Amino acid sequence: MTDIKEESRTFKIVLTFCVMFIFWLLLSAWTVYLPEPYDFTKISRGVLVALIVTFLTYEIFVPGRGEKVLLKARRFISYAGWELWQIYLATIDITKRVFGILPIDPRIIEFDTTLRSDFALVTFANSITLTPGTITIDVEPEKGRYIVHAIAKEPADSLTEDQTMQKKVGYVFMEE
Amino acid sequence: MLAIDVISTMFLAAGAFFMITGTVGLLKFPDFYTRMHATGKCDTLGQILIIVGCMIYEGFDFITIKLLLVTAFYLFMGPVSTHALMKAGYVTGVPVWKKGDKRM
Repeated sequence: MTDIKEESRTFKIVLTFCVMFIFWLLLSAWTVYLPEPYDFTKISRGVLVALIVTFLTYEIFVPGRGEKVLLKARRFISYAGWELWQIYLATIDITKRVFGILPIDPRIIEFDTTLRSDFALVTFANSITLTPGTITIDVEPEKGRYIVHAIAKEPADSLTEDQTMQKKVGYVFMEE
Repeated sequence: MLAIDVISTMFLAAGAFFMITGTVGLLKFPDFYTRMHATGKCDTLGQILIIVGCMIYEGFDFITIKLLLVTAFYLFMGPVSTHALMKAGYVTGVPVWKKGDKRM
C-alpha cells in the first residue's frame, strides 16, 4: 500500500516538474537563453524555479483521483471548440440587441440539472455566461440548481426546454 | 507583407467594433443586469479578435504562445468576473427591469 502511494507521489512530482520546466522554456528561455545552449548556469535558474514551484504545487496540480481522465479531456477539447463558436454567436446576438434589431425582454429563470461534480458545475456555469443571451447568477450545488438571467425569451427557452448544453456538459463529464 | 497588414487590421477593426458595441450597450440598456450582458459578452470576443490580430501581425513566434495563454486566461476570467458582479447585484437586491417598465 505504501509502495503504491510512494510511486504515485514520485510520479506526481516528476510530471509537475516536466510541465513547469517546459512552461518556463516556452515563456522565457527560448528567446533569451537558448542562443548560448552550453551555459548551464542560465538553464539551472529555470530548473531551480521549476523545482520550487513543483514542491509547492504538486499535490493540487495532479488530481490523482477520478477515472477516465484522458477520455474526459478529449471530450472537453471538442466541447471547447463548440464553445468558441457559441461565443461568436453570443456576441452577434447581443450586437443585434444593442442596435435595436432584436427586442430585449429580460427575465430571471431557475432550473435544475443532473450535474453534481464541482468541475461540471463550474464548466456549465461558465458556458451559460458565454452562450447567447444568458448569464449565470447563482448555483446551488446540492440540487444542481441554477439561477440565470436571460435577456429575452428564446435564450431562456433554449436552457429550460431544449437542454442542448446540459446534455453536452453531461456527456463530457459522464453525469447524464 | 501587405496581405498580413490588411488581414491583421481587419481583425483589429472587428475587435474594436465589438468593444464599441459593448460600450454602446452599457450606456443604452435599461438596468444593471442587461448592461452586464452587453459588456460581458462583447468584451470576450473583442479581446480574442484583437489578440488574434496582434498574432497575425507579429508572425508566428514564441510571443504567440504568450498571447494564446492570455486569451485562455481571459476566457476563464471574463465569465467569472461577470458572475461576481451579477451575484453581488442579485444578493443586494438591485431591481430587475421587465418589459414595459419605465427606464431606470
